[in-house]
Amino acid sequence: MKKKNAPVRNRALPGNESLLRQLWSDPMGRAGMIGVGMIILLAVFAPWIARFDVGKMNSKARFAAPNATYWFGTDNFGRDIFSRIVYGARVSIVVGVVAVSIAAGFGYLFGLIAGFFEGKVESVIMMVMDIIFAFPHILLALFIVAVLGKSIVNTMIAIGIVNIPVFTRTVRASVKTVKSTDYIANARSIGLNRMNILFKHVTPNILAPFTVQATLALSGAILTEASMSFLGLGIQPPDPSWGSMLSDARKFMEQAPWMAIFPAVFIIITILSFNILGDALRDVLDPKLKL
Amino acid sequence: MSGRDILLDVQRLQVYFPIKSGVMRKVVGHVHAVEEVSFTVVRREVFALVGESGCGKSTTGSAILRLIEPTGGRVIFDGKDLSALSDEQLRLKRRDMQFIFQNPYASLNPRMNVWKLLSEPLKVHFHLSEAELREQVEAMLKRIGMTPDQLTRYPHQFSGGQKQRISIARALITHPSFVVADEPVSALDVSIQAQILNLMMELQQEMQLSLVFISHDLNVVRHISNRVGVMYLGSLMETGDTEDVYRHPAHPYTQALLSAVPSHDPAHKSRHIVLEGDVPNPADPPSGCPFHTRCARCSEQCRQSKPELREIAPGHMAACHCV
Amino acid sequence: MENLLEIRNLKISTLRGRQKVLLLDEVDLNIPKKCSFGIVGESGCGKSITANAVMNMLPYPLEVSHGSIRFDSRSGEVDILKLDKKALRAIRGQEISMIFQEPMTSLDPIFTVEMQMYEALSFHHPGMSRPQMRERALEMLHRVNIPRPEQTLTSYPHQLSGGQLQRIMIAIALINDPKLLLADEPTTALDVTIQAQILRLMNDLKEQNDTSIVMITHDLGVIAETCEEVAVFYAGQIVEQANVMELFHHTAHPYTLGLLQAVTSLGSETRMLYTIPGIVPPGGQWSEGCRFSDRCSRCTDRCRQAMPALSEISPGHWCRCWLNSEEVAQ
Repeated sequence: MKKKNAPVRNRALPGNESLLRQLWSDPMGRAGMIGVGMIILLAVFAPWIARFDVGKMNSKARFAAPNATYWFGTDNFGRDIFSRIVYGARVSIVVGVVAVSIAAGFGYLFGLIAGFFEGKVESVIMMVMDIIFAFPHILLALFIVAVLGKSIVNTMIAIGIVNIPVFTRTVRASVKTVKSTDYIANARSIGLNRMNILFKHVTPNILAPFTVQATLALSGAILTEASMSFLGLGIQPPDPSWGSMLSDARKFMEQAPWMAIFPAVFIIITILSFNILGDALRDVLDPKLKL
Repeated sequence: MSGRDILLDVQRLQVYFPIKSGVMRKVVGHVHAVEEVSFTVVRREVFALVGESGCGKSTTGSAILRLIEPTGGRVIFDGKDLSALSDEQLRLKRRDMQFIFQNPYASLNPRMNVWKLLSEPLKVHFHLSEAELREQVEAMLKRIGMTPDQLTRYPHQFSGGQKQRISIARALITHPSFVVADEPVSALDVSIQAQILNLMMELQQEMQLSLVFISHDLNVVRHISNRVGVMYLGSLMETGDTEDVYRHPAHPYTQALLSAVPSHDPAHKSRHIVLEGDVPNPADPPSGCPFHTRCARCSEQCRQSKPELREIAPGHMAACHCV
Repeated sequence: MENLLEIRNLKISTLRGRQKVLLLDEVDLNIPKKCSFGIVGESGCGKSITANAVMNMLPYPLEVSHGSIRFDSRSGEVDILKLDKKALRAIRGQEISMIFQEPMTSLDPIFTVEMQMYEALSFHHPGMSRPQMRERALEMLHRVNIPRPEQTLTSYPHQLSGGQLQRIMIAIALINDPKLLLADEPTTALDVTIQAQILRLMNDLKEQNDTSIVMITHDLGVIAETCEEVAVFYAGQIVEQANVMELFHHTAHPYTLGLLQAVTSLGSETRMLYTIPGIVPPGGQWSEGCRFSDRCSRCTDRCRQAMPALSEISPGHWCRCWLNSEEVAQ
């Protein structure tokens, strides 16, 4: 064969910069990216976007309906809801990212060990995971916080722990699939040792399902945080959290419905955006869907 | 070829796979994948293992290199018993004995580019500078008919034939003396098969390789190999010089197998010996000769005792009571 | 209608991104009655999609962008591409049947052989009683040489071997006495001894019935064993068509010659195999001139500039090449 190398198809490999472009070209991916991008911008630029100090009470402006000054109205202490939503985005994103990092880190480790080494180790790890998995998420998270004490850090740890099993399962399943492929057998036949095979060959090939799982878990973590705060065992006042704002609004539903509506809308937008993004990411990263 | 310089001596190699069943994963039986297979490979020779799917030829190939752990038997490679080596010793030994896989679409890591694929074996076994690495990789790339600008490409950007070239390069870049090639062309189109076979034959000559070539394609085997072993249901039925076996097949199974190959001339359609029935289940192999359930010349002796490979002509062995 | 099936000017395209890409380009085919017709070529040449178009079963995003497929059905001549769904269902399985490469995945794993055979029967013969269907199913299993047909009827697909499953696929395909059987690489997934069984079976069945068989394969050996008339496909076109003897003994097109030499040199004394350099160009990357020109050792400027037409070089022998037959044979 001469120099005629046919560049067969022009498809980009997952993992390089055109991943974002591929996501953007998919309508759902684009919607997800816009939604997530918006929340992240809110969180990052909160001090510039917020119009008032989040903690500042104003007894003259209690229960103000949305108006030109207070875009989303005010709450029972006269605090600006818009500013609290903006800072609440910070809390949501930070709690989500830290909790998912904890879950993903441990989940990856356990999943890798369980999937690669099989046998007794696998049985033990999976049994522990199944036990964690058997509890309802929120109940277990509340229990952990109750034991560790109420604080933002403990909230993140609790949400992280309850999410470990999902990651362990995802990683273990992908490792098992990848492990049985010819290119892993090939790596062995070349003379690579186990560590090299694990980190150079297995890891890059399980990143796709792992990333998708992380995106979806992020929305779950944010929702769990909101629920915990709603129940009073999450983020503690005066820190603004969408969940606790919703909880506070309960008592004033008829008087000031905007107190509930705006946090609820933002929770929905955030969860929806992450879920849509996760689905789009799954499509983009799945090599089988590329023809 | 007597008084020969034997590189590989496979002695009574045996591979059984456990069949597990029930909640407790209890072993309820064994698939007899490879049943006491013995053969030798001389230096610079191409030995072909041929047979139909499920006959254990691929398992034999993997077990020789201990990519699958053999259940029994010994493999002496270059004077050393491979089954006695520790994992680490075996890993280092792999520099000298490599494996080429059937399906180039599956055997190359999709997330590694050509440079990584080809430099990795060198990095594992040698301490080379970046410049030396590059020099060796580029030389190999040139040898398989590709150019340095393709180093940054990923497997999916190549055609099947080019992928198999890359696989071959990856296996040969450490300059092994022995290679097992498992159906290296059967996933490729006809016109591409010829290109890859030519490349393999050239490289085998140049690098003085000993090759165990596993294939179900009888035409390909005849062309590429010096000696051949015919397998059926985990056992070796016949071995000998390729031309000898093809011209004067001794075993009834070899005869049927060779006659089943379609001729490429519509004026002379093959006169098939059409075998009745199917290959028996390797989890429950028949007693006696494994082929007796389909053999036209089956006798009482065949049902009861399993024939051993024995020499029927110089260098030509068959496992059959009738010859 | 003189022929059983007449394909005229068939063009099939697919979508790559937002672009329409041609995969099959102006194919004309006549399948005579009671004939075994071979279609040979490498993967990506358009053989299988032609068969799928005949069943009007092209998977999205493939579509017929031009042409007609006229079929001499029991109720008169029809254009398969213009039929509505109901009329199509009446033809599929009843008048045109298809068997595929992978017998292992072509049968539904959760139903017994019996149920799948009855389904094929009852769809086209709603009035048939169960004993009648059983009798017909057993008769078909006998005809495809299944040992112990009664026992096989109640088996599930995973209990049977690949060779047996392919026989059952053939039995199901022929159960309604179709006029046309499309066989898409029916033996490629099978072992050579099983392939010999299946090819012999298909030859016998052709003798016994009035069925025409279209055998789609990449294996010239299979063609030589089973077919009377052969069309060679390359890059979405027919490049050569002739009677099987003529094609093998007076090969005209360099591509056909290359394919033949690639396989026959395997048995010869020459150490190096004959090869055709390069690969089949995929749809959308076809050259302006002859599509084989960049792989052809006898390529001239004319070949690169203009595409040759499919012309009759001797009675019944068609070839798409600027060189005439004598020149190539030399």
